[in-house]
Amino acid sequence: MNTKTISRRDLLKGSGALIVSFSFFGTASQLLAQSTGLSDDGLDPTSLDSWIAVAQDGNITVFTGKVELGTGVVTALAQIVAEELDVPFNKVHMDMGDTAKTIDQGVTAASRTVERGGPQLRQASAAARQELLKLASGRLDAPVDKLTVTDGVVSVVDNPARKISYGNLLGGKRFNVKIVAAGVGWDMKVAPGIPAKNPKDYKIVGTSVPRIDLPEKFTGEFTFTQDVRVPGMLHGRVVRPTTTVSKPVSVDESSIRQIPDIVKVVKEGSFVGVVAKTEWAAIQAARTLKVTWSAPSKKLPAGPDEVFNYLRDTKSFKDTIPVNRGNLDAGFSQASKKFEANYHWPFQLHGMMAPSCAVADVQGDKATIWTGTQGPFRTRDAVAKLLSIPKGNVHLLYRESSGSYGRLEADDVAEDAALMSRAVGKPVRVQWMRENEHAWDPKGPSQYLTIRAGADAQGNLIAWDFMDRSFPWTAAEGNALLASNQTGLRATNPGFLNGASGGGQVYTIENQKVVAASIPWVQEDEWPLRTSNLRAPGDLARVFASECFLDEVASSLGMDPVQYRLRYITGDKRPAEVLLAAAKKSGWVERPSPTLSSGKQKATGRGVALANRANTMIAAVAEVEVDKATGQVAVQRITLAHDCGLIVNPDGLKNQIEGNIMQGVSRALLEEVLWDENGVKNLDWGSYPVVSYEQIPDVEIVLIDRPEMPALGGGEASIVPITAAIGNAIFDAVGARLRQVPYTPQRVLGALKA
Amino acid sequence: MAQISLHVNGKNRVVNTDPGTPLLYVLRDDLELHGPRFGCGLGQCGACTVLMDGNAVRSCILPVSAAQKRSITTLEGLGSVARPHPLQAAFIEEQAAQCGYCMNGMVMGAKALLDKNPHPTPAEIKHALNNYICRCGSHLRVIRAIQRASGSQPGKLITGAVSTSSSRG
Ligand code: FES
Ligand code: FES
Repeated sequence: MNTKTISRRDLLKGSGALIVSFSFFGTASQLLAQSTGLSDDGLDPTSLDSWIAVAQDGNITVFTGKVELGTGVVTALAQIVAEELDVPFNKVHMDMGDTAKTIDQGVTAASRTVERGGPQLRQASAAARQELLKLASGRLDAPVDKLTVTDGVVSVVDNPARKISYGNLLGGKRFNVKIVAAGVGWDMKVAPGIPAKNPKDYKIVGTSVPRIDLPEKFTGEFTFTQDVRVPGMLHGRVVRPTTTVSKPVSVDESSIRQIPDIVKVVKEGSFVGVVAKTEWAAIQAARTLKVTWSAPSKKLPAGPDEVFNYLRDTKSFKDTIPVNRGNLDAGFSQASKKFEANYHWPFQLHGMMAPSCAVADVQGDKATIWTGTQGPFRTRDAVAKLLSIPKGNVHLLYRESSGSYGRLEADDVAEDAALMSRAVGKPVRVQWMRENEHAWDPKGPSQYLTIRAGADAQGNLIAWDFMDRSFPWTAAEGNALLASNQTGLRATNPGFLNGASGGGQVYTIENQKVVAASIPWVQEDEWPLRTSNLRAPGDLARVFASECFLDEVASSLGMDPVQYRLRYITGDKRPAEVLLAAAKKSGWVERPSPTLSSGKQKATGRGVALANRANTMIAAVAEVEVDKATGQVAVQRITLAHDCGLIVNPDGLKNQIEGNIMQGVSRALLEEVLWDENGVKNLDWGSYPVVSYEQIPDVEIVLIDRPEMPALGGGEASIVPITAAIGNAIFDAVGARLRQVPYTPQRVLGALKA
Repeated sequence: MAQISLHVNGKNRVVNTDPGTPLLYVLRDDLELHGPRFGCGLGQCGACTVLMDGNAVRSCILPVSAAQKRSITTLEGLGSVARPHPLQAAFIEEQAAQCGYCMNGMVMGAKALLDKNPHPTPAEIKHALNNYICRCGSHLRVIRAIQRASGSQPGKLITGAVSTSSSRG
């Protein structure tokens, strides 16, 4: 597999040499206009040529609107294609996220790419294989059912000497075949009627093919977005106000006169940025420029507590109710024991390792954008709207940035770069500084959760009333991004809802209701507390609340946490299997929590949590050591069992799981956005620490492979149970229940005293 | 503006720049090196790490003038995909990254460590890399890669057995 950009002409020539062409607008689009009829709406998904090309040398190029975000997903997609076409893996080249060359398959997000994008590419490949076999049938004078394919060479079953390669069949030419493509984005069904390979015959899918992008990332040869350089390029930096409606009352350009190489101070609406010939000049200028901002019309809430109160007291605009069974009132009236608790989840950052970065070249009514967006077409459309030009005039070329975990669905920086490039008429590279990123990262929102439960005299749960109150993602769904907001565009919808899974619906309880209430969140005066999807959005908090609460119930009834959970898993056996697999692997000893051996200053404990995220089942056992004098929690080991159906690449999946565990530990123990009326306070890594080497746990992973099932979303699901498992382990160790994240020493000490 | 002479990856280079410019921007923009990366500009994350006379330094906060007459090695100076340094080969072997953006820091930090302590224990590795951030959580693989490069058996940090589900038969 190769992820370099090549033009369609290069690949049809099949020179074998893959040319990195940062092709400017014009060349690529004209080429395509000739070959595939590019319109404003992009390529035609019902043309097989829009998806796959076969070169004379047998190299296969796949054009995909899905992008590699550092999770290995494009390696997995290439495996699926190679498998279906019966070609060697290294013959497959992935051309990703180029709006002039690929189909919009929806944003790359939620670890659902293999699940949704996988079948699209598999079916396109199956259609291509079918076509190639038809051609071979004519050339070899044998019926299709007498043909077989090995490594891209078609031969006759009884007479292997009669053979022809894909390259010789089609190399350099177009399929000129129509396929069915119905629906859009994630839901597009591509060539649905074409029979695909039986999974039991898989040779490439299911193996740990090494990731092709990794070697260059260890040598400096890889080109990240941050490394894109185009001729004549200038450097821009943004100067952001406290809220997006704050206007620059005065901009004192003389304040940066002493800095050499300044090209322009860009002012558009309330947007302010500086363009310079060198990066360092732009950085100094953005820091030094004196801007007086008008006072925002609405103040930021005074702090996290005010937001929790707002969440608690404000009427929901939309309730999502994934489960409503039995009769809660009746259930509670029969209960002999009742339980109730509130849980609090903080605002958290995506905290990309690489601050946002993009290069834009706006010339007249055309624009070329290089950026790391998770939604190439969404960002293209946003830039077109911002610049008031047709979307077909914007050519977006995806270049990988650092891991973004949801943050780059709202790719603000592409707009910043476009505005600055238009203002100076030259290509401009914009990179946010760390403080821009932490301040304006569209954050994972706070959640306030309340749960009530009732148990009968035998300790059976008979009532479960779960309520999550959270904010939608205001910086999502095509809502105006920062620069759009600053130049007068406004949000057009209340935001995408923060999900509803993880509220205990993995269990069946006689009388059970789960509600996810969406509380309206600020949009007009966009605050730095804008919101978006942060890895496994909403589920972390809901599973934290539901799984810790279930532990509270089990503990007060004197039940073992694993056994108690098993009582309520009915129907599908997969949740029970992951739960038991994690318990077994961790050496779980059945007993109720807390342990009674907690006399020492440093106490150890274990806790479990179970989750179902989009039908991927995950169970985690955490082992912790709690220092009762300092309140410090050390997570010693996480054992995690994971079932996402068919596994495409076991090592790639493990890599993702390990990473999600580390991020889970980080978010459980350390991460919380703090602010006051002036803005976000954690503007660097010192004030927003993330997990460090000396804080990481050991990890044990059990992968459950189900070849008979489709491949479901893998990786991200594994972050979901981590917070709850750690919280339950802390309780097991010291008998103190933490109902607010992160589990800081202060909160641990507070809970110990309570 | 001043003429600054640098010695980078074994070559003498002269750049014309403001002597206060952090070395990082000179390496990336003037010398077109991609190994050292901008992560924070504050000396907090390690993404910009280079070796200066064998020591790991954070090029985002080091004025280029302070790098004159010193020997600078960047990630590119270790090896390439075609001819990787054993440390880079170990990272590839262990598939020790997700997005890879932090990996410049991890590899250069590991290089500085192994040059002083060729056989570090996992605890020593963790200590040496404690101020290098990886947001993706590739820590365990990085530790294993360093152990592999040092010739010691990678520790049993992750066993990660693949079990076959009962439903598969
Ligand atoms: S970029 Fe230099 S330490 Fe972060
Ligand atoms: S691999 Fe992405 S930050 Fe380390």
